[in-house]
Amino acid sequence: MRIIKDKQIQQDDWTLIKDPQVNGSLPEGDIIVPFSYWKDNQDACSGHKGKLAVMINGDTAMTDLASFLDKFEMIALDFPAFKDGRCYSHARVLRDRHKFQGDIRAVGDVLRDQLFYMQRCGISSFAVREDRDMEDALNGLKDFSVTYQSASDGSLPIYKTR
Amino acid sequence: MYKYDNYDKTVVNERVAQFRDQTNRFLAGKLSEDEYRPLRLMNGLYLQRYAPMLRVAIPYGLLSAEQLRMLAHIARKYDKNYGHFSTRQNIQYNWPRLETVPDILADLASVEMHAIQTSGNCIRNVTSDQFAGISVDEIEDPRPYCEIIRQWSTFHPEFSYLPRKFKIAVSGAENDRAAVQVHDIGIYLVKNDQGDTGFKILVGGGLGRLPHIAVVIKEFLEKKYLLSYLESILRIYNLFGRRDNMHKARIKILVKAIGAEKFAEMVDEEWQQVKDSAMLLDDREIERVKQYFTQPDYDPDASRDDSYQLQLSNDQAFATWSERNVQAHKIPGYHAVYISLKAPGNPPGDATSEQMELVADLAEKYSFNEIRVTHDQNLVLGHIKQADLYPVWNDLKTQGLATPNIGLMTDMICCPGLDFCALANAGSISIANQINQHFDDIDYLHDIGDLQIKMSGCMNACGHHHVGHIGILGVDKKGEEFYQLTLGGSASRDAALGDRLGPAIPKNEVADTIKKILTAYVDHREEGERFLDTYKRVGIEPFKLSAYYQSQ
Repeated sequence: MRIIKDKQIQQDDWTLIKDPQVNGSLPEGDIIVPFSYWKDNQDACSGHKGKLAVMINGDTAMTDLASFLDKFEMIALDFPAFKDGRCYSHARVLRDRHKFQGDIRAVGDVLRDQLFYMQRCGISSFAVREDRDMEDALNGLKDFSVTYQSASDGSLPIYKTR
Repeated sequence: MYKYDNYDKTVVNERVAQFRDQTNRFLAGKLSEDEYRPLRLMNGLYLQRYAPMLRVAIPYGLLSAEQLRMLAHIARKYDKNYGHFSTRQNIQYNWPRLETVPDILADLASVEMHAIQTSGNCIRNVTSDQFAGISVDEIEDPRPYCEIIRQWSTFHPEFSYLPRKFKIAVSGAENDRAAVQVHDIGIYLVKNDQGDTGFKILVGGGLGRLPHIAVVIKEFLEKKYLLSYLESILRIYNLFGRRDNMHKARIKILVKAIGAEKFAEMVDEEWQQVKDSAMLLDDREIERVKQYFTQPDYDPDASRDDSYQLQLSNDQAFATWSERNVQAHKIPGYHAVYISLKAPGNPPGDATSEQMELVADLAEKYSFNEIRVTHDQNLVLGHIKQADLYPVWNDLKTQGLATPNIGLMTDMICCPGLDFCALANAGSISIANQINQHFDDIDYLHDIGDLQIKMSGCMNACGHHHVGHIGILGVDKKGEEFYQLTLGGSASRDAALGDRLGPAIPKNEVADTIKKILTAYVDHREEGERFLDTYKRVGIEPFKLSAYYQSQ
């Protein structure tokens, strides 16, 4: 599938397995499984040949995930509806507090008009909803050239530059 | 007042372009109604009963003459020649066409204004005391902190999709004129034992279906931590506020559910992690913003004037107006002047383009170019020399702006109600008219004295009925408009929710019932005692008895 990463559209080989079978076999290749599944099926997951990432959602307690972060090169954040803003906070805590260096990916109801905020919270790749125009979505990253507050994109409060 | 630099200008201009593009995509069918709704709301645009409603931000209620003229121009060009000043110091236009809203925003941007975050589930326009910087009871001017909060909260990337709307108010004075305790976050500037000024932080206030008075979670916060502490509160709310039921999604419900103490602990734990981050507010920034709110060039001889006393004794109407509408100022010889937007027959808070332009002219001529909007829907000229009060009064009269009723029962807070609002169950402007017609004896009104009537056309409580000395709530009973009365509410330092008087009453009996309530007040009051104080002393029974069981 195609995603947005590094401010461009890219081909991407990760497959999101939203509902993996408990104790069943996982598909081959690079896969994203729910964090709750990974926790309960670590044996099955450790035998997986490809790369493995986990997906969290607004209900996930960050304290639960924190001690496992070095096992993953990507964390996916699920936006079941674009109005559910909890994962903005998760992204910031992952970046600022836990210094997570890997890719943080927005999945689910990911739309152009939220991308600018997501990017500022430290989300680094965007699996834009499939029925939407990717080229158009790319414009969403450029809504503003000036921002006021510090966030997780390395920006400082604007008054530091005034 | 605050002046935009190139950064601020860029932000509002880019916002205009962004919203124009969003609106075009919506009109072209590329954005669904569901997707467009939060975007337009974050820009103050509602689709209302008859037409869109656009709410324009007036940060902490402060306007320049030029800005007020632009608001008048917008009312004339895009609307029906008037605007409605709201309880959060904003202005609302009830009749713009959707297609013209991007142009309105461009006009606003040209005078350093916008409609950013005036609605939606985000941090709303921060509000404050209309007497900021001029009142005699002030600890410190709250406006620099309001501006700092405004900038921090503008397009905050983490807090643009909160569970529900989020309102912050700041007061720097002994008396609370900003209804701080009914806000999601209320902030009082306070002094600690060492004599340092900092912030007392309250959370969880709010009206609506489940009204709450805010609780203190931090007795004293050092200034440098203002933004990190606010951010910690917001993060806890963003993560843990309810999202399954919009009526239980405000922070007040979260605070109530887990308890203020536990909530404060969670905030503190979060804050310990972020307090020394890039959000640390340095003195340089505070001082920089304070430069925008320095004292104007007051005339040191303002108090050397005999004309004011003379006019007061010569002109009874002027004296009456002066008694209610002219307020103390910290500089000798200066006064703050209330401009009542509550003339009989005028929907409370409405002003025509011509009225706005007159006020702008007066501000330019007499009041250092500055106008303030109050949370009870009036305007204020902040710095009028006593010698100028008489000409100002005479000019105000020409546009029906000199009603001498500030703080009196006809100075009502009132939502737009069924006449405009898609949510309302009942009319409120028509009740305001009924009250005005019933109580048209100015001597009686002055005898009754300080009395705040607040009225909402539905339980969403835009008219703050819970905190009115007399609160009026419109309800729908099998298709008929009924009104539920409450007594004893307050939005000041002694903030309290009103007590329900009894069964709701039919529409045509509202003013009569208020008259009965006031008869009980007159019977029971002690010399010089306000309605609210009499109520607190004698309780609800005499009022109930008078309202329901005695004929007039």
